[in-house]
Amino acid sequence: MRELVVLSGKGGTGKTSLAAAFASFAKDKILCDADVDAADLHLLTNPDIKQKNDFKGGGIAVINPDKCNGCGICRQLCRFDAVKENYEVDKTECEGCGVCVDFCPEKAIDFPIKKCGEWYISDTRFGKMVHARLGIAEENSGKLVALVRQEAKKLAENNSFDLIITDGPPGIGCPVIASISGASAILIVAEPTVSGLHDLERVADLASHFNISGMICINKYDLNIEKTLEIEEAGKKKNMSVVGKIPFDPIFTKAMICGKTICEYDNKSETANAVKAVWEKIISSPDMNSKGILDFNNIIK
Amino acid sequence: MIISIASGKGGTGKTTIATNLAFSLKTDTILLDCDVEEPNAHLFLNPKFEKTEVVYTPVPKIDAQKCTLCGKCAEICRFNSIAVLQGTVLTFPELCHSCGGCVAVCSEKAVFETKRELGTIETGYSEHIRFVHGRIRIGEAMAPPLIRRVKDYIDKTKINIIDAPPGTSCPVITAMKNTDFVLLVTEPTPFGLHDLILAIEAVKIFNIPCGLVINRSDMGDNRVKDYAKDSNIPILMEIPFERKIAEIYSKGELIASAMPEFKEKFLDLYRDISEIVQRSKKGCEN
Repeated sequence: MRELVVLSGKGGTGKTSLAAAFASFAKDKILCDADVDAADLHLLTNPDIKQKNDFKGGGIAVINPDKCNGCGICRQLCRFDAVKENYEVDKTECEGCGVCVDFCPEKAIDFPIKKCGEWYISDTRFGKMVHARLGIAEENSGKLVALVRQEAKKLAENNSFDLIITDGPPGIGCPVIASISGASAILIVAEPTVSGLHDLERVADLASHFNISGMICINKYDLNIEKTLEIEEAGKKKNMSVVGKIPFDPIFTKAMICGKTICEYDNKSETANAVKAVWEKIISSPDMNSKGILDFNNIIK
Repeated sequence: MIISIASGKGGTGKTTIATNLAFSLKTDTILLDCDVEEPNAHLFLNPKFEKTEVVYTPVPKIDAQKCTLCGKCAEICRFNSIAVLQGTVLTFPELCHSCGGCVAVCSEKAVFETKRELGTIETGYSEHIRFVHGRIRIGEAMAPPLIRRVKDYIDKTKINIIDAPPGTSCPVITAMKNTDFVLLVTEPTPFGLHDLILAIEAVKIFNIPCGLVINRSDMGDNRVKDYAKDSNIPILMEIPFERKIAEIYSKGELIASAMPEFKEKFLDLYRDISEIVQRSKKGCEN
């Protein structure tokens, strides 16, 4: 199974627009939106939801006032200051560790497992897509990311596909770590700005920390040619090849407003061609083929 | 005064607004960059760092001499970070949430705590701005504990500006909690609107007054403005798209410095925020 995860570190560099465009080129694949926190891929793929499932995260402490005698043990033990003076639990602070539940001498604390979100299997004009929606202010985003990716993999296997295109979350924390483990390669979409460069280096370090190979695509490259060169240099140092440069082009926004990928919006534009060229490079890259060996058959001959 | 700057969608201009606002204010200001996964504010304010502090979180270790392999520690741990297997106790410190349950439950006092590095906090100054940011260690999954430690530097007698991470889950919630105002930065695109609606849901949890900055305001459609009007959220600032602004940003410069007419706009923005906060405080007293 080959899986490409599109990442960026910095948000708003064009992950989702590119992932959707790749989906329009690739055949026999599953599309996966692993940005469960602020998922946007569905705005370009217009999914028809075929299967809807609850996502249950961890438990959360709820104190039953009828049984509670105010002994204070839960307040002493809780390291997250989630139990208020009136013995109510602050839901935004409760970590779900359940220590108060186990130690309450009155057994006055319940630990209901709550629904934290939903995940879906949908049909789109690009094939099947697995996506999710994490509830507002919920924890466990990493768990939901892992679940969505696992379901995408199952779906690919059942359809005898060997490709998954995953739109990843921004940052380098819990959901990003969950979105790259076991991936064939990541594509880092970087923009030529001081923050774009800084954030690219952090994601690249994260990928090498987990031993995942990566490629870089520079979006809006003509906004600052000097920074584009610096990103190319940084790529060399991090052992990641730059698979393409895409010009700054308002058609990304125009296409988004129409709910289309940029190649559906204007297939002949220079930008659409640049995006296509990036995809060709990715899909024929060593990382996406036979565990890093580009022409495996030739070698064994 | 504590202002948090959030967005839902990434790359809409949170850091631009946070840094330019701090730069434009003449009074004592503290800028707290709580986007600990990808902190960027320092690239624009170039603070002189004076102190670097490594921040840790406690994780369990087992004293094999005292351990009776009773398994209670593994049982209480909801995060699978302790397992008792074949006569030994294994710990997985990366999964630990530092709840201390294992220490509390062990009757043999065989569980003690060591530490896992969360990241670093750097502090310094950039002219009148006290600068604080957290940088999560590469490979560390949990941002909220580090964000809380960055927020310990809040000084309520001063103006505090928090640059929050993108999204709507626990890191953003941790950053915006207990702030007086949430400034939401968005762009007038379908992605911007979709994620803004989610961000507003998050703000509602805390009942904090909020307002909007629309960045690249002429680059999309009218749906963000219509939404703001319908849901009674004030639009406090609009920044039209200009290639010049994008280029200034790309070099790590401040627009309020390179284009001084913006300084006034940021001062107006602060004045509007203060008025809303005053009004909402009065509203609460009445």
